[in-house]
Amino acid sequence: MAMHELSIAMSLVDLASEEAERIQGRVIALHIKVGPLSGVFKDALLSSYEMASYDTFLQGSQLMIEDVPIVIYCPRCRAERTVGSMQLLCCSVCSAPASKIMSGKELELVSLEIES
Amino acid sequence: MTQEPRLVEVRKNILKHNDVVARELRDEFRRSNVFVVSLVSSPGSGKTTFLEKILTLLRPNYRVAALVGDLATENDAQRLARSGAPVKQIVTGTLCHLEASMVRKALQPWDITQLDFLFIENVGNLVCPSSYDLGENLRLVLTSVTEGEDKPLKYPTIFNSADVAVLTKMDLSRAVDFDETTALANIEAVRPGMQVLRVSAKTGLGMKEFIDFLGLRRAAPQEMSVASETAES
Repeated sequence: MAMHELSIAMSLVDLASEEAERIQGRVIALHIKVGPLSGVFKDALLSSYEMASYDTFLQGSQLMIEDVPIVIYCPRCRAERTVGSMQLLCCSVCSAPASKIMSGKELELVSLEIES
Repeated sequence: MTQEPRLVEVRKNILKHNDVVARELRDEFRRSNVFVVSLVSSPGSGKTTFLEKILTLLRPNYRVAALVGDLATENDAQRLARSGAPVKQIVTGTLCHLEASMVRKALQPWDITQLDFLFIENVGNLVCPSSYDLGENLRLVLTSVTEGEDKPLKYPTIFNSADVAVLTKMDLSRAVDFDETTALANIEAVRPGMQVLRVSAKTGLGMKEFIDFLGLRRAAPQEMSVASETAES
């Protein structure tokens, strides 16, 4: 049982329910962004979401997860670079260590699909 | 006739509620002029022993207090209380991390304007605490030499949610053949530029330097904790 993802899924249900109430519509699907550095595992989140949304306004809605790449800033190239592994945050062109993480930590509710 | 579903943009952090409370806490800490340091690590890495030593060493010159999160027992709070500092346990039950609202609730009876330093010891866990901003000024990730060199590679997320890494139990490094060069290279790989401090709470190695470091950070708290970064959206 992935406790971490269940906590996240419960927060997601709370947030999406609030939004849905404001919009006044039945939610068919939720689109979220999950970065590799958010520490959240996709499969665990999917099954946790099913549990967390059970018997709520969101029961039966589909969770659509968009993967986000890790993008760092290379201080030597002065450019943003996508990196393939979170075990090595360095420039894919010149190998200089990243000076900043531009994206990859996302854990964001992007949009809701509402029944018309 | 059924219509196409419509897409409504939300664009909010899933942990928005925690981020809102964390931001309020951070404002309150700033107004109260208290410097807040949190500690994260795996279970058994020496957080409590290290923190007991820090509290004892800071007490002559600063007003200090600590909150300590644990799944079940109050043992850690009892150990920390030996330092003479006010200590409060947050028993999380089955929850594997602290959340900002738990910190706020625990602090309610205290007048934090009477403090110089507040320490928050998170639940021993290298996964879950990384997602939750607690409003702290500085987050330390501890890893002990007895855990080996590859913790950063296995848990890059926690290293990216912390500001400074602390290698603990340095007195045991020879006994366990700890390869410090590899450990430092691993930290650098997952979190380039991360500051690393070495301590042994048992022998006192590196403790004076650590206390000086805390004093300096308190004097210049303009640097934001990286834990607050995801809270901006």
